[in-house]
Amino acid sequence: MATATDSDLDRPAAEPSTRTISASRRFKDRASTVLVTLAFLIAVVPLIWVLVTVVARGAPAIVSATWWGNSLSGILPESFGGGVYHAIYGTLIQALIATLIAVPIGIGAAIYLVEYGRGPLARTTSFMVDILAGVPSIVAALFIFAAFISILGAPQSAFMVSLALVLLMLPVVIRNTEEMLRLVPDRLRESAYALGIPKWKTILRIVLPTAFSGTVTGVMLAIARIMGETAPVLVLVGYSRAINYDPFGGNMASLPLLMYSELANPEAAGSYRIWGAALTLIIIIMIFQVGASLLSRYSAIPK
Amino acid sequence: MSERIDQRAPSETDSGPASSPGVPAPPPGTRRRPSSRRGETIFRSLTTGSGVLVVAAIAAIGVFLLIQAVPSLLANQADFLTFPSFNTGDPDNLAFGIRDIFLVTMFSSVFALVLAMPIALGVALFLTNYAPRALARPFAYIVDLLAAVPSIIYGLWGILVLAPAILPIAEWLNANLGWIFLFADGNLPVLSGTIFTGGVVLAVMILPIVTAVTREVFAQTPRFQIEAAKALGATRWEVIKMATLPYGRSGYIAGSMLGLGRALGETIAVLIVIRASTSPMGFSLFDGGYTFASLIASAASEFSQPLPTGAYISAGLVLFVLTFIVNALARLIAGGKVNG
Amino acid sequence: MAKRIDLKDVDIYYGAFHAVQNVNLTVTPRSVTAFIGPSGCGKSTVLRTLNRMHEEIAGARVDGEILLDGENIYDRNTDAVAVRRTIGMVFQMPNPFPTMSVRDNVVAGLKLQGVRDRKKLDEVCEASLRAANLWKEVKDRLDKPGGGLSGGQQQRLCIARAIAVEPDVLLMDEPCSALDPISTLAIEDLIADLKTEYTIVIVTHNMQQAARVSDQTGFFNLEATGKPGHLVEIDDTEKIFSNPTQQATEDYISGRFG
Repeated sequence: MATATDSDLDRPAAEPSTRTISASRRFKDRASTVLVTLAFLIAVVPLIWVLVTVVARGAPAIVSATWWGNSLSGILPESFGGGVYHAIYGTLIQALIATLIAVPIGIGAAIYLVEYGRGPLARTTSFMVDILAGVPSIVAALFIFAAFISILGAPQSAFMVSLALVLLMLPVVIRNTEEMLRLVPDRLRESAYALGIPKWKTILRIVLPTAFSGTVTGVMLAIARIMGETAPVLVLVGYSRAINYDPFGGNMASLPLLMYSELANPEAAGSYRIWGAALTLIIIIMIFQVGASLLSRYSAIPK
Repeated sequence: MSERIDQRAPSETDSGPASSPGVPAPPPGTRRRPSSRRGETIFRSLTTGSGVLVVAAIAAIGVFLLIQAVPSLLANQADFLTFPSFNTGDPDNLAFGIRDIFLVTMFSSVFALVLAMPIALGVALFLTNYAPRALARPFAYIVDLLAAVPSIIYGLWGILVLAPAILPIAEWLNANLGWIFLFADGNLPVLSGTIFTGGVVLAVMILPIVTAVTREVFAQTPRFQIEAAKALGATRWEVIKMATLPYGRSGYIAGSMLGLGRALGETIAVLIVIRASTSPMGFSLFDGGYTFASLIASAASEFSQPLPTGAYISAGLVLFVLTFIVNALARLIAGGKVNG
Repeated sequence: MAKRIDLKDVDIYYGAFHAVQNVNLTVTPRSVTAFIGPSGCGKSTVLRTLNRMHEEIAGARVDGEILLDGENIYDRNTDAVAVRRTIGMVFQMPNPFPTMSVRDNVVAGLKLQGVRDRKKLDEVCEASLRAANLWKEVKDRLDKPGGGLSGGQQQRLCIARAIAVEPDVLLMDEPCSALDPISTLAIEDLIADLKTEYTIVIVTHNMQQAARVSDQTGFFNLEATGKPGHLVEIDDTEKIFSNPTQQATEDYISGRFG
């Protein structure tokens, strides 16, 4: 309160009375400013803390000569040699296959919701997209396990992981594409119809290209999100210390799975590899994140 | 102008039946062109099919989990809802129940929510009402980046870095407020790697989603309401109380529900951070144990025999139903205001 | 190829709302017909039913007959897409496709109808741009994005795009309301040129514009908000502006309206 009184005294006597605010109102206003700023700072602390930890502990591993070009095949648990290219391959190929399946379905569903969907089916679909967005990754993994491995008898493989990842990617792709399609002004659709262009061609050749960069941004964010998923790889594929190029059979490493396996390794080399893999994963995810935000600047949607 | 008309003259004469090569003859009059109708039908069916696929996927998740869970539930020797432990070692003598798992899941998630909600509210208000306009976007991006960090990394950080750092807080709470059941001695020999530790990690992990949804709704506060408040001479805080909070309350609650859903289903970070315990769950934040998700993940490498596997799938089914309800509620509360 | 349009007992509904009541009129080939009237009188609604664009609005419905050279465009076997290929439309806001170059914008209709012949497309592109009085201004930047042109140029680009598909009729929904006076003049000159080949129907808020460009003018009015709009009278533009039959028309034109 002392400060409030001081500043009152400091003011010129001639100041119009309309400028003064009661001390308690001003205190509440200032207190709220301090609190919300503090909340923001508290939120940023863990991000910086996590990133600094990962970079500091992971840096020694990723600058080693063998890190990016070797696997862990034949490397003893206590040895610091070897690398993780087998796991990088696994992470990328699983995400790639998931993307190839999820993107056409996701864009199709978004087109349905924006351009065609009316009535109860559309409302149900929209509701279920929200539900799917909330399905935990372990449940998605269990579902793929129950349906494909347990009942249909498919072997565990990277492809099974990709199928689970499709379920996790779909809602992100659908919601994002939907939002982009809704941003395309109706007058563009109308002028295409007025040229005698059928609706489906209008969507494919006018609406989708206009929403293109935004849609790709959403896909890249979805990829960034699924690459760190651990639950599906834990349930649906075995870990391998060597490279396996075949997504349809055999064990295959991925960065999260490698980290989880090395958790059981009590040697110092285990911790070295865990943090190295963590930093590698963050770098790959950041490439997609930054790529997505750069791309989102090149939007063709007119204001 | 005559030049212009000359230019068009040839094309006008051949817009009759005899078109130049490469140009399909125009349809007679305004009758339908079958190929364009067929394209429309195919395209419409494909996109509708994609939408139906999403509905079918949700239904399939429920059905397939149920199919796999039922034989194990029938073979279960214990009461599924009240039995405190999960014994699946002997397929001929299954005895599993979800009491402790449910409690650990709920305690850790609700504790995370209690920590995250006020912070998220503050961050959302900061980003929409306080941060300088030019910095609001980059700041929001920073908070969103929290969601980009994989959960396994949160798990590692949580147990190896955060747990030792917050241990003094846990010890203080246990020593001074131990008479409250929440801070009483737990079923673990240490105060690290408890539900308390896990809850803090989960709070960090759900912060971005709660913030993002709340921020989005706050930003939609109608301008006229804000201006009306300002015209009455309201301070910034009073504008928030008069316009932003009443408008955005449902969005804040919905965002918190979505955060709760995430926390309930979070797997790997919880598996790494919260220690398993051999004794049953009390009602303390310093207890350990498994959540639904971490229990399933912990057993994933042993999914070979159908009956024990089915027991874990039944736990997954409960988790699915739980998150379904929480997410459905979030959507109901938010109405049309929230996408996500 | 300009065609004649007849409206017989046309009623337009949006769901339960009766938007326009009992319109009868004839548009002669190679002429400009202007629709004028106060906001909400249904003149744009009538225009949009002429190429079935109103069907994009859920719940919209038309009773009566709209004949294009005697052929009912609302016939069961008639496809809306085909109707629109015959009856082009230019909108209030210039709306070139943002992802396409000037050239691709002009030939968008043809390309999407399956025309692949590059030479033919280039010919049509040039002819249409010349017809829209835009060729000289854009011939050196055909490959630049259509959104980079000025507002008036964009609108002429949209006209070029509409006539590139060789429609029989051109509908214009307040084509100058978003443009400055000089661009407006350019479009009005263009309309005068185009009527030698097309049947043109234009909706305008600007009575001077109707007087300048049209041969025939229809005045729409509504009795009160919530009541359906209707056609008060339609006649030679000269007659409407000098000696209208109806008192309501005279009031509107002399500014004594409302």
